[in-house]
Amino acid sequence: MAVAHPLDKYLRTDRIPTMWCPGCGLGIVMGTLLRAVDRRIKEGSLKRENVGFAGGIGCTARMTLYPLFDSAHVIHGRAIPFALAVKIVKPEMKMIVVGGDGDLAAIGGNHILHAIRRNADLLVVMVNNMIYGMTGGQVAPTTPRGLYTTTTPYGNPEREMNMIKLTAALGANYVARGSITHPQLLEQYLYKALGKRGLAFVEVISTCPELFGRHIGFRSPVDLYMEIRKRIVIKAKPSIEESDYSWEKGFVIGEFVDRDEPGFTDTIYEYLNKIRGGGVQ
Amino acid sequence: MRVDYITGNTAIAEAAIVAGLKFYAGYPITPSSDIFEYLARELPKHGGHVIQFEDEIASINAVIGASWACAKAMTATSGPGFSLMLEAISLAVITETPLVIAYVMRTGPSTGVPTRAGQYDVLQATYGFHGGLVIPVLAASTPQEAYDLTVKAFNVSEMLRTPVVLLTDATIAHTYGKVIMRERGELEIIERIRPLTPPDKYKPYEPVKEHVPAMACFGDGYNVLVESLTHDERGYYAPRTDVQRKLMWRLYRKIVDSAPKLFDYSAIGLEGCDYAFISYGSTALSAQVAAKMLREKGYRVGTLKLRTLYPIYEDGIRKLVSSAKKVFVIENNVGLYYRELRAILRDKEVVSVPIIDLDLPQPQEIVEVVKQWL
Amino acid sequence: MGFEVGVRGLSQLRIAANKYFINIIPDRCKECGLCIAVCPTKVLGRGSERNLRGFRYVVALNPEKCIGCRNCEYNCPDFAIFIEVGAK
Repeated sequence: MAVAHPLDKYLRTDRIPTMWCPGCGLGIVMGTLLRAVDRRIKEGSLKRENVGFAGGIGCTARMTLYPLFDSAHVIHGRAIPFALAVKIVKPEMKMIVVGGDGDLAAIGGNHILHAIRRNADLLVVMVNNMIYGMTGGQVAPTTPRGLYTTTTPYGNPEREMNMIKLTAALGANYVARGSITHPQLLEQYLYKALGKRGLAFVEVISTCPELFGRHIGFRSPVDLYMEIRKRIVIKAKPSIEESDYSWEKGFVIGEFVDRDEPGFTDTIYEYLNKIRGGGVQ
Repeated sequence: MRVDYITGNTAIAEAAIVAGLKFYAGYPITPSSDIFEYLARELPKHGGHVIQFEDEIASINAVIGASWACAKAMTATSGPGFSLMLEAISLAVITETPLVIAYVMRTGPSTGVPTRAGQYDVLQATYGFHGGLVIPVLAASTPQEAYDLTVKAFNVSEMLRTPVVLLTDATIAHTYGKVIMRERGELEIIERIRPLTPPDKYKPYEPVKEHVPAMACFGDGYNVLVESLTHDERGYYAPRTDVQRKLMWRLYRKIVDSAPKLFDYSAIGLEGCDYAFISYGSTALSAQVAAKMLREKGYRVGTLKLRTLYPIYEDGIRKLVSSAKKVFVIENNVGLYYRELRAILRDKEVVSVPIIDLDLPQPQEIVEVVKQWL
Repeated sequence: MGFEVGVRGLSQLRIAANKYFINIIPDRCKECGLCIAVCPTKVLGRGSERNLRGFRYVVALNPEKCIGCRNCEYNCPDFAIFIEVGAK
């Protein structure tokens, strides 16, 4: 009688193996996230039926297909408004939005801006593989300048986007950047993020060996993994100015912001109670 | 029951509250904004939420999310906003999400004249989203109809698990009319079917009644899957012809087979008429007056005001205008719904009477056009 | 998509390794090589047998070197390998 994998109880095991390529960082993110959720459930700070996932379109968003929880695989870039509404209607829910750099920072950019501005009570995990993987390797807002992609075959002429600076500037309660090359640290960030009210944003540097890696000369998952690991710079409690995101200078991982401003849901219900109690005209 | 003298927009808001609206997400857009503003003041008193989002796309996706948390949810918009919402409507169709969109048409295309009317979007309302299916579209012509059809729109959306469009225009939006507002206990209010089986036996997309699946919501402990990819009854992505065929025909039949049940209209003088006017929305009011003017001149003209535009109940319409030699489709656009009716009534002479007017076509102008054909 | 769900393939491997058991689920392995690369004591290696999907799944070549760090478990994207603490 075989011992089940400890995370099998949180998975739709009839859909495993996942559709992700061999060595894709997404499996590592999903496992790490489920481990963090498991810790929260075991210690009693989260109820299993209150955990919900929402994702748009892309390889990262496919993470909504596998966990055995309430899950929504919606349209490109629009998981945040979906999740925000679920949370407002059912405040006991813990909503986790998973999206790639394209889904959240490009097409979904407007929604993430306003979700943070509102301090919506969401955990947003942006898995950043620096490419549009699902559609074959096109340039993304986070693709380092100069690199080859299928839509920038002569090199990416654009500056890359630092999501840490953006999310911190808008006032998120928690901002961290992790990497799939350091899963133990990532689990700490996700565990902490799960316990936050307001908006918790965790960017995860990840690998797309099949497209990003292969297109720039890294032929195997291990090659790309080691290349990324080389460029990761770990800093304890780095400031926002130290949130370097650069292929040449390195990707800084760590916890950049940890605040406790009131979340959007609390404010909405505070107003609602006042209105129903006749307190607000 | 209350009776008041209110605008079309206010009627929609009042009816939504009675129908059980609990979540409104929206973006200001003329001429629909006062539905939003009215609900922003009133809905919280009934425990509902009203949130202004950063654009229409966020709004409609939030409405979908709220519906999946088991709240009755709606938004209101006009042409440019509805265009932005199309992708999400397609999502609502494949995920079978109940929701209502109050579509207050303006003069178009594009920005057009935001404060004036037209019926330019009658085809877009049902056909605009990608995927080739149809959603119910109800058209009101007066504040009273706006009230009644809003309640009906919520009922249809819950019964069939589909987005429903409640179509009006800038004229009806801000015209005052007497409205008898029936309330809870005096009206039929329909709620979506909830799961009849425990979580381990439940399949989110397995039809339980007339093509409609039972709906478990987030937080119910059912591990629900809201899936935009083509899916089987478990909600698992299944790119196979047999799965796609089954899903498409079920989604199609779910709406189209309900046409007789959803058919709603007002007929004046159609029995034994020689000429029939078919119209909808504010234009129908002028059409009725024009018909009366012609009857006074001795012509046997009947009018059919359609309140259900989609799904089209072909047999019903055919029967109603069966005696007419000529059928005139009067609308405030270049002749759009005319194309639907021409196909249905192909054994008759169907004439398009497209009169563009920033308010509503004038009865005299309708008479002048139609007279050439009598 | 290609794979047929529910088809039974190779059974799970459970290798005693000092205080631990190394559990490998061969049919989940996609031969990415990450677990092999991140193991600090070089316990793992690519096997020569192929699983249900044609991948050469990982095997424990030197189980006696296992220190239970779980690097393999945490870096496996496919839930194909995990460490079990066993009484010894």
